[in-house]
Amino acid sequence: MTLFNPLVTALARLLIFPGLLFAVPAAWFFLWVERKSVALMQERVGPPFMQPFYDFVKLLGKSTPPRPGISGLLMRAWPLIAVSAAAGAVGLLPVLPSSGGFQGDLILLLALLELPSMCIIAAGFSSRSIFGEIGSAREAALSVSYNIVFLLAIVSIAASQHTFRLEALAALPASPLQWLGVVAILVCLPAKLHINPFSLPNAEQEIYAGPMTEYAGPELAMWELSHGLEWVAGTGLVATLIAPHVTVAWLAACIFVAISFATVLALSALAAATARLAIDTSVRFYWQCTLIFAVLAISSALFMRFRS
Amino acid sequence: MKLWNRLMCYARRRSPWLFHMNSGSCNGCDIEIVAALSPRYDAEQLGVRLEGSPRHADILCVTGPVTRRAVDAVKTVYSQVLGPKAVIAIGSCPATTNVFIDSRTLDGPLDKHLPVDVFVPGCPPRPDAIIAGVARAADILAARGNNPPATAIPLAIVDEAGVPADKPSPAELQEVKP
Repeated sequence: MTLFNPLVTALARLLIFPGLLFAVPAAWFFLWVERKSVALMQERVGPPFMQPFYDFVKLLGKSTPPRPGISGLLMRAWPLIAVSAAAGAVGLLPVLPSSGGFQGDLILLLALLELPSMCIIAAGFSSRSIFGEIGSAREAALSVSYNIVFLLAIVSIAASQHTFRLEALAALPASPLQWLGVVAILVCLPAKLHINPFSLPNAEQEIYAGPMTEYAGPELAMWELSHGLEWVAGTGLVATLIAPHVTVAWLAACIFVAISFATVLALSALAAATARLAIDTSVRFYWQCTLIFAVLAISSALFMRFRS
Repeated sequence: MKLWNRLMCYARRRSPWLFHMNSGSCNGCDIEIVAALSPRYDAEQLGVRLEGSPRHADILCVTGPVTRRAVDAVKTVYSQVLGPKAVIAIGSCPATTNVFIDSRTLDGPLDKHLPVDVFVPGCPPRPDAIIAGVARAADILAARGNNPPATAIPLAIVDEAGVPADKPSPAELQEVKP
């Protein structure tokens, strides 16, 4: 019984809430919010509510080009790995109070959050398209830059709260250091989600579609879904870090959804208001402008740790 | 299964993704395609998205009278768009070669090479007309399903030496030089 219960909770978290059953419609909803808010800011009406769902169904019904050999198998595998990693990351988020979790699940979450962008890099190179390779190289350069800041921010939060357990981090009251970390995560999210001003890897029209150039049909549908799930996971991470601790399950879920939605709105507004930066400007932005804050955050966290 | 087919039909009608191909157009029609997506006309209400890669597209929008140089490119891009797909000829040029008729540099009109589903005439056509054409093409896509277009054509014509047959010979190119 003691072994059975955590298994059931883990499965419920992965498959129902905040896992697949919640995350997939939420992914479509966030993709719609992204496009709709851009449309509203441009004084357009924008796509209908069900648009990402229609796109998904339509892509499932399209044929795919023949891909013989091992690289063809890999090309089919990358989007599936990306979707399962992003779904797993959403499933790990401690949305409901006392929902389980284990020591070090923050590290697993970070790894799962990073996997989709690894898959994008690998997908671009295995497609052997010159545009895919350019997109992958850009994604790799961007990933090296923002991940330093992203990881330092997370580690500073974890160090200030003395734990790598997500549930404990979510339950503890927010300290000023935690807010600094959350701001750093928010600065990194546009690059993680490939939205403007950091939409370099899949720069539409500029390098065709970047790593996705050779993808079509159901595989492309999986990439769209993994992008949506990344939205849910990324904004969900922010939501779990700044949400106040409540013991009522439905209230906790509502607060989680509300904060995620607000984050999506803010990021979409930023995407609509900015243009794409060049790769050297983006890399310089993360290495020169934001790294200093991340270093400050982690050094003060470590300093406070030694004093206490 | 029947429900899934109906949903698929509906989704195809509601989500036409375009790939825009210029086959020697004067840019007039190309500007109107962009205008159709702009805030004033907002084709995104119909789910229209202009895609960067032909692999992602459902509808190929071709402008221009199809110059000899562009024939192979048009055929290649058509074969890169995956089924079910539709072709829209935007402007008078791909429909009739327009004022360039009988020019030695042309190998048009477009329906000599591709099965065109919708013609949007005009020089250039208004964005409203382009949006109406896209909506018509999306209806055709939904009705067609996974069946291939009625007029099947070979996707790439290559002669025995591996040279595309429609490419002009060096002598012909010499001829058209001013």
